[in-house]
Amino acid sequence: MNMMSEAAVEKALDKSMSDAGLKMIGKDVSVYYGEKRALFDVNLNVRKNTVTALIGPSGCGKSTFLRTLNRMNDTIDGCRVTGKITLDNADIYDPSVDVVELRARVGMVFQKPNPFPKSIYENIAYGPRIHGLAKTKSDMDRIVESSLQRAGLWNEAKDRLQEPGTGLSGGQQQRLCIARAVAVSPEVILMDEPCSALDPIATAKVEELIHELRTNFTIVIVTHSMQQAARVSQRTAMFHLGNLVEENDTDKMFTNPDDQRTQDYIMGRFG
Amino acid sequence: MSVTASSDLNVGVPAINWQSDDMKSRRKRRYAADRRLQAYGLVAIIFALGFLAILISSLIYTGNSAFTQSVAKIEIDLSTGGIDRTKLADADWRGVVRGALRAQLPGLSRSDERKYFEMFTSSGQFILRDAVVADPSRLDRKSTFVIPLADPFDQLAKGQVSRDTPEAQRRVTDKQIGMFDQLVSKGIVSRPFNWALFFNADSRFPELAGLAGAISGSFWSLLVCFVISFPVGIAAAIYLEEFAPKNKLTDLIEVNINNLAAVPSVVFGLLGLAVFLGWFGMPRSAPIVGGLVLSLMTLPTLIIVTRVSLKSVPSSIREAALGVGASKHEAIFHHILPLAMPTIMTGAIISLARALGESAPLLLIGMNAFITSPPDGVFEASTALPTQIFMWADSPERGFVARTSAAILVLLGFLVLMNGIAIFLRQRFERRW
Repeated sequence: MNMMSEAAVEKALDKSMSDAGLKMIGKDVSVYYGEKRALFDVNLNVRKNTVTALIGPSGCGKSTFLRTLNRMNDTIDGCRVTGKITLDNADIYDPSVDVVELRARVGMVFQKPNPFPKSIYENIAYGPRIHGLAKTKSDMDRIVESSLQRAGLWNEAKDRLQEPGTGLSGGQQQRLCIARAVAVSPEVILMDEPCSALDPIATAKVEELIHELRTNFTIVIVTHSMQQAARVSQRTAMFHLGNLVEENDTDKMFTNPDDQRTQDYIMGRFG
Repeated sequence: MSVTASSDLNVGVPAINWQSDDMKSRRKRRYAADRRLQAYGLVAIIFALGFLAILISSLIYTGNSAFTQSVAKIEIDLSTGGIDRTKLADADWRGVVRGALRAQLPGLSRSDERKYFEMFTSSGQFILRDAVVADPSRLDRKSTFVIPLADPFDQLAKGQVSRDTPEAQRRVTDKQIGMFDQLVSKGIVSRPFNWALFFNADSRFPELAGLAGAISGSFWSLLVCFVISFPVGIAAAIYLEEFAPKNKLTDLIEVNINNLAAVPSVVFGLLGLAVFLGWFGMPRSAPIVGGLVLSLMTLPTLIIVTRVSLKSVPSSIREAALGVGASKHEAIFHHILPLAMPTIMTGAIISLARALGESAPLLLIGMNAFITSPPDGVFEASTALPTQIFMWADSPERGFVARTSAAILVLLGFLVLMNGIAIFLRQRFERRW
């Protein structure tokens, strides 16, 4: 009975979230690396307080799409983006957009844990410091603590805040990177295969964390693991050869996909 | 299905006998090739080390005698002499020295006495004067003054002039040898460590010549070189590596920087001569010009080293910084540059060590002048260590042979020290990814 009601609550939450507004809208997004075209007119929306998983075989353009959402592609020479991507209805590729502000609002967690070779405290304090989010030392301490709490790392790290972040285990490092992203209070968090370098236990912890983060943040996650997509996401988008094949509710996607290619990929027939 | 397919493929392939003679001898040949490669490497290393050992030992063999200098310690009582305290600089110090020397070997004929005075450095009067000016209390008491022996007698004391050589073929006469032996038997000749080698500037007389001018000249030049090439090199490298668009122009710049690194240093000397001395009218022989020329020579190497070390910082760090909303310059100055710094410092020190040993460009801008006092700053005329070696190697006096080797040893010492610092920095701070 209790279980049922919990599931019912979850379902209600999912429903309300899926009805919620669109946080980011991608319209006819194409990406070129020099002459090579990596994405073909992708139309994909990101819903507020929802975990959207991007799946597909290697080289299908899912990471490329992810990196267009906070303009990380800007750093790659010869990379060109066409189409339109909006964050809260404002075009993020508009020349007037400040990319520093954009990346503060759309944070990112990378495939390989990449903490700065500094202390745990400094890793988290860096973002708030450059953006001037903390006026005093105690403000900063609070941000560091709450970020670590949110990333589920506080209990493990509270006694070693001054030790180097690189001294943590792989899973802890990745949660530190999540805490670092959370520290600047982004609205959207992009995750590029965040668990691909982690063992199953660390992966489980990060997945649990993604689940909790969903209440406060909008999350887009690229993953190679179908099971992970099924576990953590409410919406799933399937990419193939630079095209968006299908975007659907995760439940539907993994039980009764609309597209044959999705079916084949999920069944492991290619990829 | 795939299993049957692969077994189909094996049809007709004979079973491999790993123990057959053919196989065994084949493996043997492969191992032999391994061993030969090792042997070649070992021979190459022994060859290189052997020559290094020959170089160092021959330098030590010829140079070690320059680290001591024969001197006469003579007691002089200045309280009895009529030295005018108000005019110390103009007093008759020459007379005082000669009187004191005369007292050691009295009763020589006039021509013998001249021969006798030749045994001591001709600058004895200045040594006396400087010692008294430094410590005027010497005027009131009997004190010991140290007067270096002239070069031929220093050689005699060190056994580098053989007494068996016929008199006509050596610079010291039999009579002078007799007088020398008398002084030795009186116990006033000794051979202490040659501090003058480090604290005197250049001189025409080997017994007085030292490296102080050359060392401070090299120091000032390297300081100028570092102050200019380090910031300029890092700034250029950061721009090229992080900001410059990739186009034909930056490709051209890159190729030319690599070419500049390979330009012979003498060409930079010619450039310095034409530009700094010719156009800008900067002082000849000055460390400022030497430093400018050396920094032109060092810059390309430093830019290349800096770019390589910036490149070696993993891009994940850059992404991490940009990902939390750092701007480009914040990502570079807060994260990438600090991580690249140990490697950059190592490269900078090694480039400076190379600049320290460079003589050709300095010869062209006149840092091989004969200058008898160390420079007090970058605008005063000076020599540098390698040019001093060049000059001494060219000098006819016997004493400069040993001093040339000694100066090379001093230069090598500085190079080893700088490379040691570079290795220390690398091991202490370098990060492995």
